[in-house]
Amino acid sequence: MIELNAVAKRFPNGVVALRELSFTVAQKEFVSLLGPSGCGKSTALRLAAGLLTPDAGRIDYPGGKPEIGFVFQEPTLMPWADALANVRLPLDLKHVPRSEAEVRAADTLARVGLKGFERAFPRELSGGMKMRVSIARALAARPQLLLLDEPFAALDEITRNALGDDLLRLWREDGLTVLFVTHSVSESSYLSQRVLVMTPRPGHIAADIALPPGRDGRLAPATIEAQRKISDALNMAGSVGVEGSASVPASDQKRSSA
Amino acid sequence: MKRLLDIALPVLVAALVISAWQWSTTHWQVPTYVLPAPSAIVTAFLNNFASLTAALTATFLITIAGFLGAVAAALALAVLFSQSRLIERSLYPYAVILQVTPVVAIAPLILIWIGFEHITLALALLAGLIAFFPVLTSTMLGLKSVDSNLMDLARLYGASRWQTLRNVQMPSALPYLLSGMKTGGVIALIGEVTAEFAAGSGTATGLAWRITESSNRLEIATTFAALALLAVLGVAIFAVLSLLEWWLLRRWHESAIGA
Repeated sequence: MIELNAVAKRFPNGVVALRELSFTVAQKEFVSLLGPSGCGKSTALRLAAGLLTPDAGRIDYPGGKPEIGFVFQEPTLMPWADALANVRLPLDLKHVPRSEAEVRAADTLARVGLKGFERAFPRELSGGMKMRVSIARALAARPQLLLLDEPFAALDEITRNALGDDLLRLWREDGLTVLFVTHSVSESSYLSQRVLVMTPRPGHIAADIALPPGRDGRLAPATIEAQRKISDALNMAGSVGVEGSASVPASDQKRSSA
Repeated sequence: MKRLLDIALPVLVAALVISAWQWSTTHWQVPTYVLPAPSAIVTAFLNNFASLTAALTATFLITIAGFLGAVAAALALAVLFSQSRLIERSLYPYAVILQVTPVVAIAPLILIWIGFEHITLALALLAGLIAFFPVLTSTMLGLKSVDSNLMDLARLYGASRWQTLRNVQMPSALPYLLSGMKTGGVIALIGEVTAEFAAGSGTATGLAWRITESSNRLEIATTFAALALLAVLGVAIFAVLSLLEWWLLRRWHESAIGA
């Protein structure tokens, strides 16, 4: 679905964010991009979305550029528009006729569990509900590739777990390809099929870990085993202790930006 | 209860001040050409009702025309600036120069150029000139204060400039535009009155002219009546614009919620 080949990105202030970054995500795969804050994973995601252009290297979409859905760390909703109009935005921008867009947006809201909240404004919704609207907006244009930038980092653990399960369900139902940026070992061990461990300065992939099936619960032995593998890879990469967040259980973490 | 006090207390203050005013002017027999009693002002207002309301209407219409023209021009220019950094850098300094030059100083030129036969147009232009700048700067700020992630989203979905402007930038800028309009609306009235004074007494028009005329004749009670009408007009313009702001933002903007 997407291939990054020796991609480099330097910020205007001269800091090298990424160097020799290479990875691929296959069709219908659920891949986590895991690393401490500041390792460049958000930059990698923006490059994958085409919102940034690489200074060196190539980004290819072997099957042609897919329809992309993007979920930010913040819900990033339009405060002046109700939930339905927010979800409708991608359809409006793509000139989908209003009546059809309304129906599709309402259906998508229902799929993320927000039936009945079509006319609610963002300020009337909880943090978790706002993130659901944001996910619905990303799904409204029926993307093949869904990119998420630490979407649950600002949510409490209960809400985060519920949203994680919903994301898995939507991924299976829609046959989506998902690239999920996170700094949570437990989240990546449960949600994804494969984890790309990133280390900072400059950001590159330190380990590519395929996770075994059978992780049918957050506390299933296979999930715990996956967490051990990921933590070991992080230790090997030497990133634990540098930023101090990589090995801390997700529930203990406060918000942090990538 | 709180609401009641908000209204009752200022009314009480007004009643006390007016009573004291009325009593002291009668008690010390203050000449009406120095300070007329409130009752004398009311009498002057009633005696000059037709001419004062005509002047009020003229001042009001000229102010509103100038103000609406200024809003349209400022909005158009702010949008143009948001589309092209080059145009903004080329033209913005002139918008600043236009603003920092006092409108009283430009008034004679404008009046001569447009001519006294089109006096209302000249006055509206001067009112608009002074209202233009706050609307322009606040709208510019609004158009620049858009959530950058929302702009990215528009780019991701291949939005055109016009779509981005309509769907994302303009709604984001609306609270800023309305705030600029509140400032602009009130100072448009100041600009109009200043322009009337600059135009002088050769051209009977609005309330400012009535003030000049009545004070020249030492009809100070009429001067006060015209002044009171100007104050009422200013408050009304501000109130209507505040109401418009509240109505447009009541569903989503913090400034209008619970207000």
